[in-house]
Amino acid sequence: MLPNDGADAVEHPLRQVGKSLPHESATRHVQGSALYIDDLPEPEGTLHIAIGGSPVARGRIVTLDLEAVRSAAGVVAVLTAADIPGKNDVSPAMGDDPMFAETHVEFVGQALFAVVAETRDAARRAVRLVKSQFEEDKPSITVEDALDRNETVLPDYAFGRGEPAKALTEAPVKLSGQFRIGGQEHFYLEGQVSFAMPGEGDEMLVHASSQHPTEVQHVVARVLGIPDAYVTSEVRRMGGGFGGKESQASQWAAIAALAARFTRKPCKLRLDRDDDMMLTGKRHDFRVDWQLGAHADGTIQSADISLLARCGYSADLSQGVVDRSMFHADNSYYLPDVRVSSRRLKTNTVSNTAFRGFGGPQGMLAMERMIDALASATGRDPLDIRKANFYRPGGEHTPFGMQVEDHDVLHALVDQLERSSDYRARREAIDAFNRESPLIRRGLALTPVKFGISFTLTQMNQGAALVHVYSDGSVHLNHGGTEMGQGLFLKVAQIVAEEFGISMDRIRVMPTSTGKVPNTSPTAASAGTDLNGMAAMLAAKAIKARMTAFAAETHGVDPAEIVFRDDMVAVGQLTLGFGELAKACHAGRIHLSEASHYKTPKVVWDRANAVGRPFYYFAYGAACSEVAIDTLTGEMKVERVDILHDVGRSLNPAIDIGQIEGGFVQGLGWLTTEELVYDDKGRLRTHAPSTYKIPVASDIPVDFRVALFDGANREDTVYRSKAVGEPPVMLAISVYSAILNAIQSLQPGTPVPLNAPATPEEILKAVQALGGGGGF
Amino acid sequence: MAKTHVTMTINGQEVEALVEPRTLLIHFLREQMLLTGPHIGCETSHCGACTVDMNDMSVKSCTVFAVQANGANITTIEGMAAADGTLSALQEGFRMMHGLQCGYCTPGMITRAHRLLIENPDPSEDEIRMGIAGNICRCTGYQNIVKAIQYAAAKINGVPFHEAAE
Repeated sequence: MLPNDGADAVEHPLRQVGKSLPHESATRHVQGSALYIDDLPEPEGTLHIAIGGSPVARGRIVTLDLEAVRSAAGVVAVLTAADIPGKNDVSPAMGDDPMFAETHVEFVGQALFAVVAETRDAARRAVRLVKSQFEEDKPSITVEDALDRNETVLPDYAFGRGEPAKALTEAPVKLSGQFRIGGQEHFYLEGQVSFAMPGEGDEMLVHASSQHPTEVQHVVARVLGIPDAYVTSEVRRMGGGFGGKESQASQWAAIAALAARFTRKPCKLRLDRDDDMMLTGKRHDFRVDWQLGAHADGTIQSADISLLARCGYSADLSQGVVDRSMFHADNSYYLPDVRVSSRRLKTNTVSNTAFRGFGGPQGMLAMERMIDALASATGRDPLDIRKANFYRPGGEHTPFGMQVEDHDVLHALVDQLERSSDYRARREAIDAFNRESPLIRRGLALTPVKFGISFTLTQMNQGAALVHVYSDGSVHLNHGGTEMGQGLFLKVAQIVAEEFGISMDRIRVMPTSTGKVPNTSPTAASAGTDLNGMAAMLAAKAIKARMTAFAAETHGVDPAEIVFRDDMVAVGQLTLGFGELAKACHAGRIHLSEASHYKTPKVVWDRANAVGRPFYYFAYGAACSEVAIDTLTGEMKVERVDILHDVGRSLNPAIDIGQIEGGFVQGLGWLTTEELVYDDKGRLRTHAPSTYKIPVASDIPVDFRVALFDGANREDTVYRSKAVGEPPVMLAISVYSAILNAIQSLQPGTPVPLNAPATPEEILKAVQALGGGGGF
Repeated sequence: MAKTHVTMTINGQEVEALVEPRTLLIHFLREQMLLTGPHIGCETSHCGACTVDMNDMSVKSCTVFAVQANGANITTIEGMAAADGTLSALQEGFRMMHGLQCGYCTPGMITRAHRLLIENPDPSEDEIRMGIAGNICRCTGYQNIVKAIQYAAAKINGVPFHEAAE
């Protein structure tokens, strides 16, 4: 029996759900006819916007002379804070992100003004004509700078249990360390873009490449000083989001809307790539200070984990992000006496933001780094240390008090991967290889992922949908989720098609619009399908129930004998086409539209007291990675990766495998090649793909094997599926651990000073610290 | 600014236009020819979203001037399908093998793969990976893109496609 088979089995064979159907826009994508915002036909008179940003990281604005800018060729308007009719605030919550800086600047590139011109070129040329003066202050760039000044964007926060300080003193094995985790640029292939169309009076339609159209609506309304109802925010698809368009699309949408209001013309703002990389936030980078106490056999007694996050100049989403790094600092391990603390440090750099995993990857990497140190100190295989510390009967509670109810899934999944990856035999082979190979060293690691699914801000755990059945039997599908490539629109369409027993081509997937579905949550936290798929299913069920009741009454048949399948509806002995029944329902005055709402059950989280259940369930996974490093150059190659991942009962296996492979490779970039370098003036020196190395096809594992774990979600999610968007990023921690393992082979038992990302330079430094590298 | 007269063949059709000497080919294609399939990703020739085929070579149209394309033969993603709309083997492969997620890199990726399969009709997995290494995809992890190209190569070569076991 499979570990998850306690869940109800689906009784009838599914026609759409569970099938590896192609992406709903696949045909248009391969034709080049799928429209992104920059591809929308531009109405006559469309104007273009460029941003004028601060050249200094911290200081007071002394003069901002825009005369030459205003009089430049093609310029229609120049907008500053003084032109904002509403509030100069584009923040998601805390009110600390001005749309345009007014008196002080807090990071290099911070928007001071916008130029609206007849062409994009004219706008960009005009920006350069500004004459400004600043009274510069020394900026805080690093964690240490912020600690010295004791500046934070949000209060410190901690939780834990027991007496970790005492337990650490008494532990037979005591370890401590400090290491750094780098940030990450999203590099969504489609950069930030918004296109605002003024309507009559105060009305404004904003096409914004945003994961959170409702927030765009709210921010635009706030900036323009008008009610939310006058603003519609819409997005058909994004060319990638990854969290970078959750809160940080709003500013560009609001500037475009202000320009449209001011000029009464359609206005488009598409950030140049270098500007996008300098002006928008990234994954938070961290310094981690840790202490670990363990028994001689390697079971952990106590842990103290201090997470120092570099948040940038404002709070943005740092509360949730850093909280999640704390929630995942246990990863999959029971920590009896534990303290997890965090500081949200303020630096004069762009405000760091959501990025796939939302802090979880950093917390999890910290713990895996500690586990590897423990394995080294005790001389045991890292996988044995991992398994010895997994959540287990008698050790089921996380540091924040939530019970891990299904840790048997973790055990079963890791056992299966250990066998299928042939971990033990390969460990022996690698040890033998390393004994004979002074320069090339191999490393192997199998690391688990346990990722909590739900927004940790409980109110965000709601989804809504609006479904229309037209009288010809075609279906109009709207919900609050946004499509950024993850296949959400397809999965929700599969669910609705399944419910109505119709083929996919009857369903028209609509752009996400605040005019159709209001008050939505961002498409984030991997929860898009859980929330919107369930809401759409409820809407379809409600319409289907009315159609069923009508057919039952009209034909004198028991409703139980009515079946919707294969575009037909069997009504007892009679068979009708789905469209035929829809038409009859309309004639019979049956309402064929439904707005529905879903809220996730069970989740409660009292942050102030750190008690509750922030997550509805956990998604599990594990990866086994083998790497080879060259100790003379620091070069690294990923030789083989085996992944086993838990998506519950998959709604679409091909989409889920795509998420796993893509998430893994994105995590691989974060941990091995993607390096953000700020200079001491606060300037990002790696602001283009020329200097910021994103994985390409030739960088992926030589041998890459991905499989889905067989088991249903034990919680009552849509078709017992599990969320898949974020967890796979953290599978790449296995590569980082394998690199550590390879370096460790040079000198077993000695701490390896390796920070993330493990670039060749970083690997070489660690190799040399352990006396390797051929004596250079 | 004085404009230059250019003529070129785009997707089999002769076109002529007046362009500023500084106009990049990608802007010319998107804004003047209204071919919005090739996308703007980085504008510095690193991401490959703007890849088009020019005189039997893959070029990144963000770092070619429109005037440099004077007299050239250009194929964009819009010219990949047959005249009756039938998808090419590569287009079919990317669709069937899930070689796309957000789709933004797809036109450039297919256009590059099109030239790759002409240069090397039966590439190994490694050769495909190297052959598309100038095109960034931030979503898929490339596995399914490689499979899509393998699918197309098999179809073009008239041999059965066997998906590698995972």
